[in-house]
Amino acid sequence: MSTPSIKVGSSAPVHYLLRIADACLILSQRLGEWCGHGPILEEDLALANMALDLIGQARGLLTHAARLDGQGHDEDQLAFLRDERQYFNPVLMELPRGDFAFTVARNFAAASWLLLLWQRLQASSDAEVAAIAGKAVKEAAYHQQHAADWFLRLADGTDESRARLQAALGEQWPLFNELFASDAVDEAAAASSLGPRWSELRADWQAALDEVMAEAGLPAPKASAYVSAGRLGVHSEHMGHMLAEMQYLQRAYPGGVW
Amino acid sequence: MTTATKNEWPLWEVFVRSKAGLDHKHCGSLHAADAKMALQLAREVYTRRQEGTSVWVVLSSQIVASDPGEKGMLFDPMEDKVYRHPTFYELPDSVNHM
Repeated sequence: MSTPSIKVGSSAPVHYLLRIADACLILSQRLGEWCGHGPILEEDLALANMALDLIGQARGLLTHAARLDGQGHDEDQLAFLRDERQYFNPVLMELPRGDFAFTVARNFAAASWLLLLWQRLQASSDAEVAAIAGKAVKEAAYHQQHAADWFLRLADGTDESRARLQAALGEQWPLFNELFASDAVDEAAAASSLGPRWSELRADWQAALDEVMAEAGLPAPKASAYVSAGRLGVHSEHMGHMLAEMQYLQRAYPGGVW
Repeated sequence: MTTATKNEWPLWEVFVRSKAGLDHKHCGSLHAADAKMALQLAREVYTRRQEGTSVWVVLSSQIVASDPGEKGMLFDPMEDKVYRHPTFYELPDSVNHM
């Protein structure tokens, strides 16, 4: 691995966009890992389809962020040549794919969050971001519906499927806080109308989650005060392993394309 | 029936309409637990290259099929009745999909 890593500047809008782009990119990589491992062939395809939707969303934002960053990088370099601390996705997205229940629970949380985000970003003062959001909003709506459907099936399925779903929620619960954390980057985006403060999404997101959990009859896990810091580049122990696999091709064959 | 077959989700036939105005065409089948799942999976499997604007699914077990053994009796008598084809008429150019 001799290809040098790249770094982005400290501009707030670039970081704001990369947080969302990386959330899509990293979740996409985790969903892509299901390829060949889905519980049924059709679901295997569904997860891969959603991974590709997310890659498309990430590409749009990465390309735009690279332009704003002004260092002449392209989407591929941003996706594959940054070091771990330069990725700004919430930690939730990078957790290993786990079992199918874990993936369903995370997909529901992530899709509900992205849907709210894209809905607001349609009104972004940045026309490029608004255009990307306009396309992404339909995809996120489908992802949310797909996850909600499986959420209820697993909750109403067997004791085993219900227990696994409950366990997945327990594990992910403390990491949901980061999806609504505020800081200077967030504040700057709100001030310039680039996008919403993440904290503004919490009530609607919670309502969506409460609704599906009530229908599933699942109790909410214990609330946690912990706030992970992936959006600041501080990741879990899983991130490095994942990036090693994800970046291997671009590092070994710089500039390689299909 | 073995346990494996009993536990298998039912089979559904999938019909996709490629664009408004055309008919739904049979394009394949899949296993799904219920109608909702069948529609969703049909969307994933059969419309991922923009093949469709509408999807129908129907339980395969609900399809009543003619007996292949009666093929001769049912269909051969039509062989010599060319006058039933609308080929003796001129169709206006504006009529499509006949």
